[in-house]
Amino acid sequence: MFIILSILLIIGIFFNGLGSIGLMRFPDVYTRLHAATKCTTFGSIFTSISVIVFGFYFWKVSGDSKYGVLALHTIVALACLIITNPTGAHAIARAAHRSGVMPKQAVIDDLKEADLE
Amino acid sequence: MSQFVNIFLIPGVLLMIFILISLFRLILGPTVPDRVVALDTINTLVIAGMILFGAAFDSIIYIDVAIVYALLSYIATLYIAKYMERRTKDK
Repeated sequence: MFIILSILLIIGIFFNGLGSIGLMRFPDVYTRLHAATKCTTFGSIFTSISVIVFGFYFWKVSGDSKYGVLALHTIVALACLIITNPTGAHAIARAAHRSGVMPKQAVIDDLKEADLE
Repeated sequence: MSQFVNIFLIPGVLLMIFILISLFRLILGPTVPDRVVALDTINTLVIAGMILFGAAFDSIIYIDVAIVYALLSYIATLYIAKYMERRTKDK
């Protein structure tokens, strides 16, 4: 049990760290958004899964329904996170492109030729 | 039980360190969308940290706060994006 929780937490923390390091290392807005959003969403999924496993395991062992409530509320929070996070990233990228921020070393820009209203 | 408190406490503290790294991008980001990306990352990390600390301290109310925080930060991100888009259209 301890080992399963440790593995899940290490995967989650590793990807969260990659996301925040990529935020410092990449050159422009779009690559930073790519790194930060995907990595932190993936890492948060794994840290939340470790809490869910912990809650269901202690519910089964101790019979205390407090741990079951903990696991179920974590599932709701995880669902909110998974649905809202990529949508927010899409909105930021769209607003950044419309406000005139170009990618560094852009080879081709198909959106510029499209008729935006 | 006490060993499980420690296993959730250490990743929570590590998440606070990652929030600190993202805060540097929020301070010295060259453009406005850079700062918004850093804010979005900090919001996600804060939600993950709230869930971990709620499991570490055995209090379910932290998880409920995390749900509300996730929805409100999503609305805030959408509003900032809408504002940037509208401001450039007027120009």
